[in-house]
Amino acid sequence: MDVKETVLSILSDLTGNDVSGAMDDNLFDSGLLDSMGSVQLLLQLQSQLGVNVPVSEFERSEWDTPNKIIAKVESLA
Amino acid sequence: MLSFEPYGNPTYFALLGVAMIPLMIGLLYGKRSRLYETLISIFFLVLTFGGPKWTQGIALIIYILYEVALTWGYAVYRKQKNSGPVFYLLVILAILPLTIVKVTPAVENGQASLIGFLGISYLTFRAVQTMMETRDGTLKNYQVMTFLQFMLFFPTISSGPIDRYRRFEHDYRTVPSREKYLGMIQKGIRYIFVGFLYKFLLAYYFGTILMPKLQVMAMHSRGGFMDLSWPVLGYMYAYSADLFFDFAGYSLFAVGTSYLMGIETPMNFKQPWRSPNIKDFWNRWHITLSFWFRDFIYMRLVFWFMKHRIFKSPRTTANVTYIINMLVMGFWHGVTWYYITYGLFHGVALVVNDAWLRYKKKHRASVPHNGFTQIFAIFLTANLVCFSFLIFSGFLNTLWFTK
Repeated sequence: MDVKETVLSILSDLTGNDVSGAMDDNLFDSGLLDSMGSVQLLLQLQSQLGVNVPVSEFERSEWDTPNKIIAKVESLA
Repeated sequence: MLSFEPYGNPTYFALLGVAMIPLMIGLLYGKRSRLYETLISIFFLVLTFGGPKWTQGIALIIYILYEVALTWGYAVYRKQKNSGPVFYLLVILAILPLTIVKVTPAVENGQASLIGFLGISYLTFRAVQTMMETRDGTLKNYQVMTFLQFMLFFPTISSGPIDRYRRFEHDYRTVPSREKYLGMIQKGIRYIFVGFLYKFLLAYYFGTILMPKLQVMAMHSRGGFMDLSWPVLGYMYAYSADLFFDFAGYSLFAVGTSYLMGIETPMNFKQPWRSPNIKDFWNRWHITLSFWFRDFIYMRLVFWFMKHRIFKSPRTTANVTYIINMLVMGFWHGVTWYYITYGLFHGVALVVNDAWLRYKKKHRASVPHNGFTQIFAIFLTANLVCFSFLIFSGFLNTLWFTK
């Protein structure tokens, strides 16, 4: 599985929604993600993709849509 | 000798205006004079911490040297090694002075600690944040001079907003383009004038005129169920309005002045009374503090709990951490029953709020959502918040426990 698919499957597990149809929607504004969800996302990225993101790297405005998250992960992988 | 509360009176603003002119001309011509900025910083710090308050000034100097030693020492150490215990020890040492200042009145019959000064908590938040980001490796080029400017940036020293080292450093090292800076001047001046309206008109009316009257009336109406009466309710709203306009007004002064200096200090309030729920309220009220707690306590604790699988379900992890997070915030305000109850109240409110949001998501079809429910949600949230501020005000302590 590539990065995009993995991120999308993590997101759909976490939010209970399929987000692949709304790649530029703000996940925090819609209430799908919150601080708790963010931490779970970071932990999943670590265990599934081996991408290590410290909490202080998590600037919300850079991680608030599926597209941004994928771009961020690809830049770090 | 002159001595002022920051943004406390017209003379302070007059001096501020004069001091800003050379700096603003410099920025308009693309120049930032470190020397001049340092001089006016020292001037305003002396105005705040000098004269009759010189003991606070001494406490501030010693405190700053202490925090520089810790953060600098840790930055040097972190380049070589990364041990957990060393990090925790240094964070505890960094928080120690604040802890002493907060605990002293509770154990010494209300007496203030000698090492305290106006703004010690806000400086501690900045120092601890610097250390945590050094540990994470996201802050790599710690510099003593930048750290000093960050800590002692006079517009925000006494009560925030709480900026972040890397964000501040970025602004401080650059000069905004003339076009951008003109926009910042416009915004900055508007903020300062809205601040006048908030602090000197509205907060004055609610806090200085209305609140004392309601307080007297409430004390006279004691005797009913839990000494409650209509004036207590009036006091709750007047206090909440005063708290908001006073602090939002101050924050607008601090942000406005920062903008004039070419630094985009983050905003502290974003229409908090429009929040449809408590969780959203904390994204809009005293934002730099609640985000500090979110990023450096809540998220880190959750991360640690999840990684070490302390609790079975993520839901329990989130709930326990909400309570811890808000309790810490309660204790930070001071060691009194009403601050701690206030923290607990908001912790529980967040837990209930999350449960409701989950329920609503699951039963989307059966939970109505329309203009009326939206207004009801805003009304309910605002009233819950005002009630929590009544606890926070300490007035219940006066109402119940004074003769």
